[in-house]
Amino acid sequence: MSVTAEQVRHIARLARLEMSEEELERLVPELNNILDWVEQLGEVDTAGVEPLTAVVPNALRLRDDQVTDGECRDEILGNAPVAEHGFFAVPKVIE
Amino acid sequence: MTDLTTLTIAELRDGFRSGEFTAREIAEQYNSAVAAARSLNAYTVETPDDALAAADAADKARQSAEFGPLAGIPLGIKDLFATRGVDTTSGSRILSGFKPPYESTVTANLRSAGAGMLGKLNMDEFAMGSSNETSAYGPVISPWRRREGSNAALTPGGSSGGSAAAVAANIAAGATGTDTGGSIRQPAAFAGICGIKPTYGRCSRWGIVAFASSLDQAGPMARTVRDCAILLEAMAGFDPKDSTSFDVPVPPWEGELSGDLRGKRVGIPKEYRIDGVPAEINALWDRGIEWLRDAGAQPVEISLAHTRYALPTYYIIAPAEASSNLARYDGVRYGLRVEADGLNGMYSATRAAGFGAEVKRRIMIGTYVLSAGFYEAYFTKAQKVRSLIKRDFAAAFEQCDLILTPTAPSAAFGIGETTDPLAMYLNDVFAVPASLAGLPAMSVPGGLDAQGLPLGLHLIGRELDEQGVLNAGLAIEERAGFTAKPQRWW
Repeated sequence: MSVTAEQVRHIARLARLEMSEEELERLVPELNNILDWVEQLGEVDTAGVEPLTAVVPNALRLRDDQVTDGECRDEILGNAPVAEHGFFAVPKVIE
Repeated sequence: MTDLTTLTIAELRDGFRSGEFTAREIAEQYNSAVAAARSLNAYTVETPDDALAAADAADKARQSAEFGPLAGIPLGIKDLFATRGVDTTSGSRILSGFKPPYESTVTANLRSAGAGMLGKLNMDEFAMGSSNETSAYGPVISPWRRREGSNAALTPGGSSGGSAAAVAANIAAGATGTDTGGSIRQPAAFAGICGIKPTYGRCSRWGIVAFASSLDQAGPMARTVRDCAILLEAMAGFDPKDSTSFDVPVPPWEGELSGDLRGKRVGIPKEYRIDGVPAEINALWDRGIEWLRDAGAQPVEISLAHTRYALPTYYIIAPAEASSNLARYDGVRYGLRVEADGLNGMYSATRAAGFGAEVKRRIMIGTYVLSAGFYEAYFTKAQKVRSLIKRDFAAAFEQCDLILTPTAPSAAFGIGETTDPLAMYLNDVFAVPASLAGLPAMSVPGGLDAQGLPLGLHLIGRELDEQGVLNAGLAIEERAGFTAKPQRWW
């Protein structure tokens, strides 16, 4: 499988990465080289093999339903590029 | 006065305890050394006051004889550990100005053990790289140079390149690193120091900027195996804030150190003899086998049949996880924001301006392999091959107790020399399989190549057997006689 400029544009849109035409043009062969290389996994017989999702056996733990943090709104907002009225501020999303 | 920056952590600890010197003297000498080595570009932020405050606390505590195991030890911290109130950027423009209101568990553990922080260490952007060249702060320059009088700037490796360079150049007594697919071990090998990636789950990932969550693991980088054991004991431990943290006690790794390997079988994987690796590296590997035999171990040939598929597996899984983890950089909560048309425009413009080329490349690969229609063919397939790689190790560890390989397929290379992404990825060919299997693995200096550059030997152990890895590392250290240090030019 190889990707076209149109597909790369689509992936960039999904990934929310603005890209110039020059960047897209450069990425097409780069991505295809990497994808050609990873496609050698097709040689491996994985019939009946379970995908590995966790590298160590680990059951998710439960804990008591207690608040363990909080009361730090202003500290958190201190890192926001734009904060207003105690909230993160974003460009208008509702017309 | 002795140059305290040349001492190991064990020596600093003992000298501080006996009153030979004060923690303040250690911190002052290190602060001066850090300030005098800016041409290495190893630190992105210097925090001399932090180091001095920890030193003063250590000196005060010494009088009451109640001090932590790392009291008086100044460390460098890789810039992806969240440090309260101190810039934490993961080598990226997109996190510029981010000052976490919290401390990572690993650095909090080091602080409560008494360690001080000299500063934040430069790294490949989001730990994606093997040469430190993807950092938004520019590359770290290795303190090492080739012997023949060339002044070409060399890479310290990556992604923990600042950590490796700082430890090798005596501008940190030890450092934290993180390893996703070799990012502790390859730079340790390039810089002639030791570095261990513990079993996945030993060190909490809480407060570490995420790259690939199923692989990321913190570990120490230091000048000796003993120093690594000392630091790892302080860094590791169960943390309820990391759902993959192992709820098991931290063993007394330093106290149990022993280079006596009688009764141990050391596996030599035949698939790691790959084409294109310099003869010097294979020759060092052979010397390593003899050193371990001399320590009492019995070498046995083993097979890790899926070794050649480890890198392509990694370059599906790691970018896939990265593309998800890095979705949080949206210009809303922290770091950079570039205003553009509407919310989506702002996201896309911010991410375009904030991420470097390698990070974008990996986000693109990751987004593609996770997208509808390709998920099964790429991502699920890679997870299945990952199962087979883990099985290979399980089968091998029925025949042996630990595994010895080279750390990297080359010595340090020049900055700007490797421009092809695929060629860069090959740096981790020996390191990645242990990452995919979550196993503890360590690089220890073995010798110098013909150009006078360090080469590392790589030990892989069973799950949770950091002790076996450290002990074999000690056996190599005792026999390699590696005392070379970079000639100071900076």
